[in-house]
Parts: sequence; C-alpha cells; structure tokens
Amino acid sequence: MSVSLAGLDLANPIINGSGTFDAIAAHASFGDALCEVFPFAAYVSKTITLQPRAGNPPPRLFETAAGLINSIGLPNKGLRGYLEHDLPQLERICATARPAGARTAGVPLITNVMGATAMELEQLVAACDQQDAIAAVELNVSCPNVSTGLDIGADPEQLREVVAAVRPATRKPLIVKLTPNTADVPACAIAAQDGGADAVSLINTLRAAALAPARAARSGERWLGGGTGGLSGPAIRTVALAQVAAVAERVAIPVIGIGGVQRASHARDLLDAGASVVAVGTESFRDPATGSRIAAELMCVAETQM
Amino acid sequence: MSLAPPHRRELRVTANEALGAYRVLRVAAPDRAPGESAPEPGQFAMIAAVERWGGGGDERPYLPRAFSIARCREGEWHFLLEDVGPGTKRLCELHEGSALWALGPLGRPFALPAPGGRAVLVGGGVGIAPLAILQDTLAGPAPVLLGFRDAAHAQGAALLQDALVATDDGSVGHDGRVTELLARELDSAEAQAGRQQPVVYACGPPAMLEAVRALCAQTGTPAQLALEAGMACGYGACYGCAVPRVDGRYLRVCVDGPVVDASELAEVVEPGAYGEVPA
Ligand SMILES: Cc1cc2nc3c(=O)[nH]c(=O)nc-3n(C[C@H](O)[C@H](O)[C@H](O)COP(=O)(O)OP(=O)(O)OC[C@H]3O[C@@H](n4cnc5c(N)ncnc54)[C@H](O)[C@@H]3O)c2cc1C
Ligand SMILES: Cc1cc2nc3c(=O)[nH]c(=O)nc-3n(C[C@H](O)[C@H](O)[C@H](O)COP(=O)(O)O)c2cc1C
Ligand code: FES
Repeated sequence: MSVSLAGLDLANPIINGSGTFDAIAAHASFGDALCEVFPFAAYVSKTITLQPRAGNPPPRLFETAAGLINSIGLPNKGLRGYLEHDLPQLERICATARPAGARTAGVPLITNVMGATAMELEQLVAACDQQDAIAAVELNVSCPNVSTGLDIGADPEQLREVVAAVRPATRKPLIVKLTPNTADVPACAIAAQDGGADAVSLINTLRAAALAPARAARSGERWLGGGTGGLSGPAIRTVALAQVAAVAERVAIPVIGIGGVQRASHARDLLDAGASVVAVGTESFRDPATGSRIAAELMCVAETQM
Repeated sequence: MSLAPPHRRELRVTANEALGAYRVLRVAAPDRAPGESAPEPGQFAMIAAVERWGGGGDERPYLPRAFSIARCREGEWHFLLEDVGPGTKRLCELHEGSALWALGPLGRPFALPAPGGRAVLVGGGVGIAPLAILQDTLAGPAPVLLGFRDAAHAQGAALLQDALVATDDGSVGHDGRVTELLARELDSAEAQAGRQQPVVYACGPPAMLEAVRALCAQTGTPAQLALEAGMACGYGACYGCAVPRVDGRYLRVCVDGPVVDASELAEVVEPGAYGEVPA
C-alpha cells in the first residue's frame, strides 16, 4: 500500500496531523519501542515560528461531545531552537522509525512552519531547505496577517501571493495546510496550487469557543486561556469529508485528508473522497498506536481485495 | 522511570469497592512489555472504559482520563476514584469483568528519599492516591498527614496506614487544614536538632499544594508536589496540560511531572486562574 506524495515515498497512506504527536516526548515516554512499529509513514512536526512562543495561558483544552477544543497557541522553541535542539533528535527518531508495511526503517520528516508575513515564511522555508534531515515543508497559513488581521489562508488572492513568494525558497515538496475557517475552501486550494504548492492538506481545526462549566470557579466566563480555540476529533469528521471532496474535485495536486479519523473506515472515506494520504490527529491522544493500527487494517483489506 | 509500551492496553476490572465517598477500582495488571518495570510511586495511567465511553453528561466523556496508580500489588493495579463528572462517573460504575483501556504507566515519579533520609507524606482528598504506593515503597515509616472535606471522605484515609487526619468540618481528627498538621510536624522535626531535614511528598487540590509549597519554602524544607491539569493525551503530544514554571515558561504536567520539585514553581494555582505568562 505504499504511496507517493509529491515526490515522497511513504510505506502506507497514514501520517500525523501537525501538532498532535510530539515524537521527542513520545520517544521519552515509550523508548525505542515507539520506532519498532512507528505509527506514521511520515512524521509532521508541530508548527515552528521564527521566534520562540510560550503558548497560551491555561486552560488550553475543552472537551465537547465527541470532540476537543484546543487553544494551545503553538508553543515552540522558534526556528533556531528547532534546528539546534529538536531537529537532530527528530532526525534520529525518523531514521530508526519503521512504519507499518515497511521492510526497512526510515520515515520522511515534514516540517510545519507559520509566519505572519510572506517574508517571515520565506525565511523559515529557506532555512528548512538547507537541512538534509527535512524532506518537505508544510505551510500553516492559519495565521492572522499583521496588517489586515485576516488569516493569510482565508483569502485566495493573498494566499496565492504568499505561496508564490515562498515557492522559490525551496526545491523540497511544499504542502499548504488550508484553513477551514473561510467561505470558499476550494478557491483557496486552487490559489495554493497556482502559487506553486505541491500538495494541500485539510482540514485544520474549526474555530470554536467554550464557556466555563457551571461547576468551575469562573462559571460563565470564557474557559480557554486563548479566548477561542479550534475544534477537532470525531465532531468534525463529516465537515472534513465535505471539504476534502470539494477540494479534491478542483485541484490536480495531491490532497492530504485530515479530520476526525478514528479507524480504517474513516481513512477509507477520505481516500475515496479523493485524498492521497490521510493524517490522524486527536485520535492519537486516545491511543498513540492509532496510526499504525489504521495502516495495518487498510493494508489487510487491500491484500484481501487483490 | 518505568516505560509504558506505545499503545493502550485492555485491562479487566477485578473489583470495585466503596471507600467512604470514594471507590477503589482494582484491575488485573498488564503483562509487562519488554523492558517495562513496575509502576513507580507518582506515575499515572490514562484510562477509559472500553464500553459506553461517551453519551454521559454533556455527551461526554470522549478523551481518556488521568489517574494515579494508587497501588501495585499481587498482580493488580489499584485506582482511587472520586465521581466529579462524566468520565469518573462512568469508571465508578464498572464492575468485576468490565474492560478498560489503559495507557501507562506515564510521567515522572516521586524521587525517593536518600538512604536513611526521612519523608513526610501530605495528601488532600483524592490526591492521597499516589501516597499509598509511595508508602508501600518507602523503606522505613514516615508520618502520613491527610486532609478531607468531611467524615465520608475521611474514610479514604484507610487506603494508607497510620494516617493522621484533618477535616474541614472538624468531624474527624484535627479540626482544620492538613497544612496545620504539617506545620506542627516540621516544627517538631526542627526541634529535634541534629536530625536530618525531611522531604515533603504532597498531592492534593491546588489550594492545599500551594499552602504546602509556601510552608516548605518558608521553612527551607525540600518538597515534591504531584500536580494535576486537564489532559488529553498524557504523553506529551497535545501540550494541553501546561502549568507555568518559576522562569515564566510552561511545563507539561504529563511529561515534566506530574511530580515536580516545589522549587520549579512560583505558585500552585487553580486551573484557569493563571494570568498571562510572558512569552
Ligand atoms: C496526573 C493526574 C492524576 C490524577 N489522579 C487521580 C486519581 O487518582 N483519582 C481521581 O479521582 N482523579 C485523579 N485525577 C483527576 C481526574 O483526572 C479528573 O477528576 C477527571 O479527569 C475528571 O473527569 P470527569 O469527566 O469525571 O470530570 P470533568 O467534567 O471533565 O470535570 C473535571 C474538571 O474539569 C473541568 N471541566 C469541566 N468540564 C470540562 C470540559 N468540557 N472540558 C474540559 N474541562 C472541563 C472542570 O474544572 C471540572 O471540575 C488525576 C489527574 C491527573 C492529571
Ligand atoms: C492539540 C492540537 C494541536 C494542534 N497543533 C497544530 C499545529 O501546531 N499546526 C497545525 O498545522 N495544525 C495543528 N493542529 C491541527 C491538526 O493537525 C488537525 O488538522 C486537526 O486536529 C484535525 O484533525 P483531527 O480531527 O484528526 O484531530 C492541532 C490540533 C490539535 C488537536
Ligand atoms: S496531556 Fe497532552 S501534553 Fe500533557
């Protein structure tokens, strides 16, 4: 069931959603057993920004009916900290990671970056381009533009300009992670393609808010430290299916389908809707082995159909 | 530190018994994975019922819940539960033969006292859970000071041996706060000049932990605090369990804790009561 994604060879079609699996922390918690059956066929880092970010004040999580709102706030060590501290560790982990269906070890490392301007993004992408350990770059465009306040990825024209400006900074595959919080997602996908993206991924979390429950001290006030957050998990699965299908219909580049995937049938649905690869996010919180379980199940079905 | 295998495991409930206002849930311990050792005091597991996890109050729970491993003995893991919401309510209903998912043991355990060193155990409410396995593990006797709301909750003290109890309503034991018992204990420890300073091991609600932290800081007593935070994953994946550290950065309670040295924190605060932390 190996697949090719914009030039990357993957042993199976299951990868992780950015920010939902910290391979360094997981390796510290589970040891080398993590790499013996690695949950994913490629590893996507959490979002890296130019400057370090501490993240939002707690509480950062709110559980909904079959979903999770997070307002984590993209904590990360910044570009320098990532390159100096995290990248060597991720390189080692990815080199020894053997995903389901692979005979040999090694998964590609995709680095996810976010910037408030095209210039910031270009700097981040150019720095990733210099690193042999990084196989591809994913742009998180769910970042407010500093002058307009609108998410860069929410406006097709702005998105096309940003992607076109960043494109020359790398020859590595460039993935654009679209925002679902906009009126016309397929138009944004086309804009990313026109700007030079090699693939698009969707959906990111849906903007959501929660008030403190009656039992809590701040009852009735905003619960999340960041004010609003993003909804993920089974609650968004059907939204993801609709958006992935609509985008896959309109673009020629590969689509990474994300949103509420808990088992093989959900991954199958996104693949049937036109995705080439599926990413697992929140479900990994419930079981870190979700990715490899789904991949193994997909491969099992593929074998019996041959 | 004991390393868990990188997947959740299905465990069977062997017993679920009332202990005053709490329940003690016992499960058959999982077969040890290669290289896995027994859970250490302070470590926890992420738990969910295999059946009917969801559809309770607010159509929750969805994510697993964190619970201290309260005891590990005779092929069983014990958990001490307090029903405070849809997740704990569902787990409190389980009976012998019920199946649950468990990921763990996870997190940084208590650092045991140096040989010959003295320990003082301080617990509040359901936070007494990790002190039971700590007491089982300690080489010698150590004073155990436990605080509860009322008499029904104070029955939980039976989880440990020879505990001194304080209750908020004065119905059992000392009428007042457990930190008052701790202050007395540290006073008498100080009075016994020449004896080595004890290490305080504490777990309980934020207000209690803060009182313990402040008292230990004041008296120069080393302290290890087992923290709580809302968690989605328990293994460092979600960054949801952040608590501000003394240097203004955040620690992740699940992987940098749950046990932290008191000197790592400026203050223990009720979740949601933190102000802005500088980037
Ligand atoms: C390391 C660790 C060890 C623990 N050990 C134990 C133990 O040994 N025994 C024990 O009984 N408990 C223990 N806990 C606490 C236990 O995890 C919680 O009581 C449990 O998660 C509550 O789940 P619930 O569904 O019953 O309640 P919830 O309804 O989830 O409520 C719990 C609290 O979370 C907040 N809350 C309410 N609604 C929401 C929502 N929708 N989303 C997010 N937060 C919400 C409120 O502050 C509420 O008081 C431990 C926690 C940690 C982190
Ligand atoms: C706690 C959490 C943190 C996330 N962090 C990031 C991030 O840093 N960058 C990013 O592009 N997406 C991030 N996401 C979005 C996920 O990658 C994914 O797009 C989304 O959660 C939908 O998939 P799911 O329903 O399977 O979780 C995050 C999601 C969650 C739940
Ligand atoms: S609970 Fe997910 S990082 Fe701590």
